[in-house]
Amino acid sequence: MLNITVNNTQVEVSEDTTILDAAKKIGIKIPTLCYLDGLQSPGSCRMCIVEVEGIKALQPSCVTKVSEGMKIYTNTKKVRDARKIILELLLSDHPWECNTCDRNQSCELQKLADEYGIKEVRFPPVRERMPLDESTPGIIRDPNKCILCRRCVSVCHEVQGVDTLAPRARGFDTIIAPGQFDTLAEAVCVQCGQCAAVCPVGAISEKDDIDRVWEAIDDPNKFVVVQTAPAIRAALGECFDLEPGTLIKGKMTAALKRLGFDKVFDTNFTADLTIMEEGTELLTRLKKALVDKDKNVALPMFTSCSPGWINYMESFYPELIPNVSTCKSPQQMFGAVAKTYYADKISKKKEDIVVVSIMPCTAKKFECNRDEMNDSGVKDVDYVLTTRELGKFIKQAGIDFVNLPDEEMDAPLGISTGAADIFANTGGVMEAALRTAYEIVTGKELPFKGLRIAPVEGLKGVKEASLKIEGTTKDWRFLEGVTLNVAVAHGLGNAKKLIESIKSGKKSYHFIEIMACPGGCIGGGGQPRMTTDEVRQARINAIYKEDEGRKLRKSHENPAIKQIYEEFLEKPLGGKSHHLLHTTYTNKKEGI
Amino acid sequence: MSRIVLENCGKINPEDIEEYIGADGYEALGIALEKKTPEDIIKIVKDSKLVGRGGAGFPTGLKWSFARAAKESPKYIICNADEGEPGTFKDRLIMEGDPHKILEGMALCGYAIGANTAYIYIRGEYQLSIQRLTKAIKDAEKLGLLGKNIFDTDFDFNVKIKIGAGSYVCGEETALLNSMEGLRGEPRLKPPFPAESGFLSKPTNVNNVETFANIAPIILNGFEWFKKIGTESTPGTKVYTILGHIKRPGLIEVPMGITLREIIYDYAGGMSSGKFKMAQIGGTAGDIFSSKLLDAPLEYQELQKLGHNLGSGAILIMNDIISIADFLTCCMKFFVHESCGKCSVCRIGTKQMYNAFKRLKKKEAYFDELKTIKELAEKLKLTAFCPMGQSVASPVLSALKYFGEELARGVNPDKKHEPITRENPIIRRQKIC
Repeated sequence: MLNITVNNTQVEVSEDTTILDAAKKIGIKIPTLCYLDGLQSPGSCRMCIVEVEGIKALQPSCVTKVSEGMKIYTNTKKVRDARKIILELLLSDHPWECNTCDRNQSCELQKLADEYGIKEVRFPPVRERMPLDESTPGIIRDPNKCILCRRCVSVCHEVQGVDTLAPRARGFDTIIAPGQFDTLAEAVCVQCGQCAAVCPVGAISEKDDIDRVWEAIDDPNKFVVVQTAPAIRAALGECFDLEPGTLIKGKMTAALKRLGFDKVFDTNFTADLTIMEEGTELLTRLKKALVDKDKNVALPMFTSCSPGWINYMESFYPELIPNVSTCKSPQQMFGAVAKTYYADKISKKKEDIVVVSIMPCTAKKFECNRDEMNDSGVKDVDYVLTTRELGKFIKQAGIDFVNLPDEEMDAPLGISTGAADIFANTGGVMEAALRTAYEIVTGKELPFKGLRIAPVEGLKGVKEASLKIEGTTKDWRFLEGVTLNVAVAHGLGNAKKLIESIKSGKKSYHFIEIMACPGGCIGGGGQPRMTTDEVRQARINAIYKEDEGRKLRKSHENPAIKQIYEEFLEKPLGGKSHHLLHTTYTNKKEGI
Repeated sequence: MSRIVLENCGKINPEDIEEYIGADGYEALGIALEKKTPEDIIKIVKDSKLVGRGGAGFPTGLKWSFARAAKESPKYIICNADEGEPGTFKDRLIMEGDPHKILEGMALCGYAIGANTAYIYIRGEYQLSIQRLTKAIKDAEKLGLLGKNIFDTDFDFNVKIKIGAGSYVCGEETALLNSMEGLRGEPRLKPPFPAESGFLSKPTNVNNVETFANIAPIILNGFEWFKKIGTESTPGTKVYTILGHIKRPGLIEVPMGITLREIIYDYAGGMSSGKFKMAQIGGTAGDIFSSKLLDAPLEYQELQKLGHNLGSGAILIMNDIISIADFLTCCMKFFVHESCGKCSVCRIGTKQMYNAFKRLKKKEAYFDELKTIKELAEKLKLTAFCPMGQSVASPVLSALKYFGEELARGVNPDKKHEPITRENPIIRRQKIC
């Protein structure tokens, strides 16, 4: 332990503590712009500079480690004046468009300018206008607003390992650009939106589809249904200043009904459906490998519900295409089912149904626009709104969200189980799949306390578990005594590590869950800002609370799922399923 | 006075290793490998009080002892030959004139710190230097003076050349390391310092060309000999490139502590035209001296006492036809072009400074422009990420100190900052320059 003083207050901190963290410990907030919790800060914004006795230059507190006896001053005139001038410089290179900016009132630069009482900028504006990058369905970049803090570069490189965004040119001409290209569409971008989730200003955000959804709702000829992803119910409250991890499923349902959606449904329904299809697919693959000794069967099988992961796999590891489950994501299954099965039920033409998704994700905006996603005969999912967009949408409609009553989702596509809830977090799809697959094979419940497989839960980057299958029923005897090895990775950087360990022969598994975003969908690129590990854990806890509060916690117990198989799909992996619920992937590596 | 660094320049054929050997070349290395321990070498260098000649003036022996103490291996040596400071070309002439002296200095350093691989990071424009160093390395290897088992000892030392792509900031040692690794040429966070984690995250010792050129003579002649030259606090010589309004521009090697007046009137043959107005010491990032400083001794510690820096070794002498605002506009244009763009203060600050001096030049500066410039320069010095960004303040603050009155003539006392108007905020966003 080291003894230091911050603003004349004694603090004892462990070695390796940064000045920023030491100050936080005694309740002193130091302003930051480039710093991100848990990542190597570039130390580039200089906002967090502090005075350290005996050192002439001011020290960046986010990267400077404390040393024994260090005397730190965070709020001297020297420090305040320096921060002010840094803010003035940043503002001189920033458009004065706060009122019309996506980040109005949620902008970190605006907030700091307010806190530091910037009334005048002594430096005249200097930059010429640059064009926006609206080339992709999910993300908009406005280089004019960029303050070059490089948070986006840090997540794109360190966390996701995609390395799309990087600084280009130098000095005042430096911009953050997608590699050597001008637009994201030209570069390899998986649309995960982690950059948008960390941007402190309005330089990277999701493409706003709120007006298009209003238009659909206002059109009397359209029957507009909405589906909400499992991760929304643990995060939307943050848009209304509720604590991270507040469950607001009932209020959200009430809000969506008041917004004018004709039916409020749940992506959870198709999450349960995914388990039926994907679980069966896994067992079929295992049978082919173990009984038929088919050497061409691709194992391990990878999950396919994260569109960011699918984009990544298609661009970086196309050789894994045969290994990835052919199941569409729950969002896209929902679109296909809503415009066929449900359309028939309510005797509507598929052309008259509009499917809106509420997703924690920017890549979902990309996914719904893929050529493969028109199996109902029209575009399966019409519009995707992120959690953040839904928050704005509700505010636009003047709904007092916090005081809404809890309401129930509509049947049949709003009926779901706890297994679907946990799709929201890393490890959840794996757990949900095993809850069903194990029971199909053995007729018994998954032998884990509370149906929760602790080794695959939590925020560790790569997780693994083994499950010995015993007491199989007659049809599944070939699996008797087999130890099923599974792995889970979240964040594409971790996915890369996992894949490389398999390719090098160090590891071998049967089934792997991958989520593009850290923490899974609860940490998605479209979730309320800022998502730290603490926030991720709070949202995960909420999701498990939701799961454990349910009567039905296994996908195959969902009565609406049983019904759709009886009435429409017949059986998992059947002909109709194949057409509506499964898809194909494209090798995109050649273009790189 | 005898020369140290440039001793052989112009006397021997730099492309003939035999001539270098004939001038006692590689003798220091031989003596060191046969009779001295690495610790001895470091002690001699420490005792010589040699300080780095790249600009910062850090004690060389101390730097080596850090690299020696580092536990990880392999260790690397890098010779910084990315001489990018405008007006400075001393390293080029040392490399062209006596390439083996640098190689010998590097090998001695390698033996002292325990490194077997070295790189010379050299700017791409220096074609002749690259050519001569490449030949020198080959010739030395042939004679067993570099490569495996030097002087039949078990010491191996290989030198490779790495060509830079023309970025000023890559002369900063950590940006140089980034460039060597194929990364964007930007400074890294310190700590860790290169001695602990440098090239490829291994312990690395980076020295300037001129510093390495001093090593063999010190080992050969002893630290006491070296300390007799120059001043007590900074012994040795300094190689300067002198240019501007003087009769004999060029390269000189003079003892540390010589004054600007001596340089102009004894070595440069006096002013070529007009009256002396100012000199910029140490390249574009250097301080501007007025006639008040003509008799200040040019050496690291004495100048630091006056609040100035010696810098890279360029001395630009200007007569009274040069306008200070005009000159500073040129300096700032260079920084706008060469800032790496990483930290906010340098990236935007240099641009704002450039625009401010352009306004001063046109006598259209804001009423409070000088105050703003001063504050901005002071804050740059306090907050910029790397020494390059911090040094942008040097010419500005020294100019304000000595030529404040002249600069004030560019201020228009009636020019106020315009508020951003609601009607057309875009007008304010038009390009100023």
